[in-house]
Amino acid sequence: MPAEPLLCLEDVAIAFGGLQAVQGVSFDVAEGCLCGLIGPNGAGKTTLFALMSGFLVPDRGRIRFAGHDITGRAPHLNARAGLTRTFQIVQPFAAQTVRENIAVGAHLREPRRAAALAAAEGVAAQVGLAAQLDKPAADLTVAGRKRLELARALATKPRLLLLDEVLAGLNPQEIADMIPVVRAIASGGVTVLMIEHVMQAVMSLAEHVWVLAQGRLIAAGAPVMVQRNDGATPLRRCRNSRPCAIRPVPSRTTRSPISTSIWKPTRPG
Amino acid sequence: MRDLVTIAAFAIAVAVLSSVLRSGVWTTFLMMALYAALLAQAWNLLGGYGGQFSFGHALFFGTGAYVQVLAQTQAGLNAWIALACAVASAAVVGTGVGALSFRYGLRGSYFALVTLAFAEVFRILAVTVGFTGGGVGVMLPLRESAANLQFASRQGAILVVLGFVVAGLLVTAWLRRSRFGAWLQAVRDNEDAARALGVDPLRVKLGAITLSAGFMGAGGAFYVQVFQYLDPNIAFGPATSVESLVAAIVGGIGTLWGPVLGALVLHALAEFTRNLFGDAPGLNMVIYGVVLILIVLFVPRGLSGVGRDVRAAWRLGRAG
Repeated sequence: MPAEPLLCLEDVAIAFGGLQAVQGVSFDVAEGCLCGLIGPNGAGKTTLFALMSGFLVPDRGRIRFAGHDITGRAPHLNARAGLTRTFQIVQPFAAQTVRENIAVGAHLREPRRAAALAAAEGVAAQVGLAAQLDKPAADLTVAGRKRLELARALATKPRLLLLDEVLAGLNPQEIADMIPVVRAIASGGVTVLMIEHVMQAVMSLAEHVWVLAQGRLIAAGAPVMVQRNDGATPLRRCRNSRPCAIRPVPSRTTRSPISTSIWKPTRPG
Repeated sequence: MRDLVTIAAFAIAVAVLSSVLRSGVWTTFLMMALYAALLAQAWNLLGGYGGQFSFGHALFFGTGAYVQVLAQTQAGLNAWIALACAVASAAVVGTGVGALSFRYGLRGSYFALVTLAFAEVFRILAVTVGFTGGGVGVMLPLRESAANLQFASRQGAILVVLGFVVAGLLVTAWLRRSRFGAWLQAVRDNEDAARALGVDPLRVKLGAITLSAGFMGAGGAFYVQVFQYLDPNIAFGPATSVESLVAAIVGGIGTLWGPVLGALVLHALAEFTRNLFGDAPGLNMVIYGVVLILIVLFVPRGLSGVGRDVRAAWRLGRAG
């Protein structure tokens, strides 16, 4: 009997007017895993992140984190409890330097200014921003801003890190540079759930993925399995209203061997 | 540390200046410029560091001023105790208004309008209720002594207002190197990002408006002690609100010295144009307005930003 998963979603749903953005999504994220959430644009991935982190309150369903019901709890309280998200559209404090930006996150655990600034330096080194500590955040490149987004969230010392497309908009070289950074964070003991469009990255990083389309979970499993089940059909096809060729998600009561196998935090080499 | 040294140097320089100046014109100028700097600093704490642009800071000014005068005339309190009450009640009103508006997520122009409305409500209340003296206003009896916070010479008043300004500078310097300040500026720059990093925006903004209102209340109390007369228009009218925010914006919001610099420059400008065009009443205000427009147009980051830009250009020039 495994311990309770770090994050549990039970039948979570939200609608914006007539648009059912997320419809009855349930899944568990085990402590220590590095998982992915994939799906076409508009599938509801970012909305799901907003629901988990407290920026949106679900119409229906429950969200549990580390054994507590956090449905609709304010984002700052979730961050304090160790659940931190990043934003797909990067949100730097543009007027402040990189160091000051990261220190805002570090202050969550560190009241003293000097200690927070020192912690910021450590985190910057971890994500490869050490050379740009004194630059204004507004002067960073896209890749730099993505790193900053990651660094700030990391500075809050999260247990669960929700990464929303940290690789989007980067060139292949920058992606190749970033992948080890994300992997190192996960090896450091932080549970990571990432939304990603760059399939090559998901394939090499995630040990388990969930596939979301039109607000519903349509598949789950190890990336290779999801891809293989799909045959040659690219995931993009899921945009059609027809059900995808991918194996459907098993209900929570009858979990298939594939989805239970993810609870073991094994990492692909 | 460097901030503390410059603040100390500023305090000593002004204190020395106040004892050297003999001409009444200059001592009055110095006092009024410092008083304007105090109001601008108060506004800057919330507007500059918190990004919440209030258009009704007269609300806190007036609260402080009325408490200061009424605590003496009605309750018979000592002026110094009245001062503490004035600052505290302005801060409480600040917290109250902040709780009402920030709780419901009012930002930008909506927040500005709500603060303006609150100031107007208080102005009308001050006219209607009896104990404020209504539209006629209230007088503070003249009893010149340091114990009564009234001074025969300008120097005493200058030292008092200088004390407030230095306190404002110290609080601002603290904001720049503390967790509270970091959180406040994070909320100013991007509230959602700040929330995701564990910052409670409501608590941070409430702290800022309370501090800001307290300093504004001190400004109100000082005003009453110097001019010994108060009516609802002086206390809660829009003039003070505008004065506080214009000086802060001209000097450079979100900076340590901007409000002081802005108040000094605007005050000098006002005096200069008044002397120059004394025989054509109103013309000084036209000139004042034109210069204000020019500053906003060409120095949008404020006068203290000019110094920074020039220094940066100088460094760049030397490096290149």
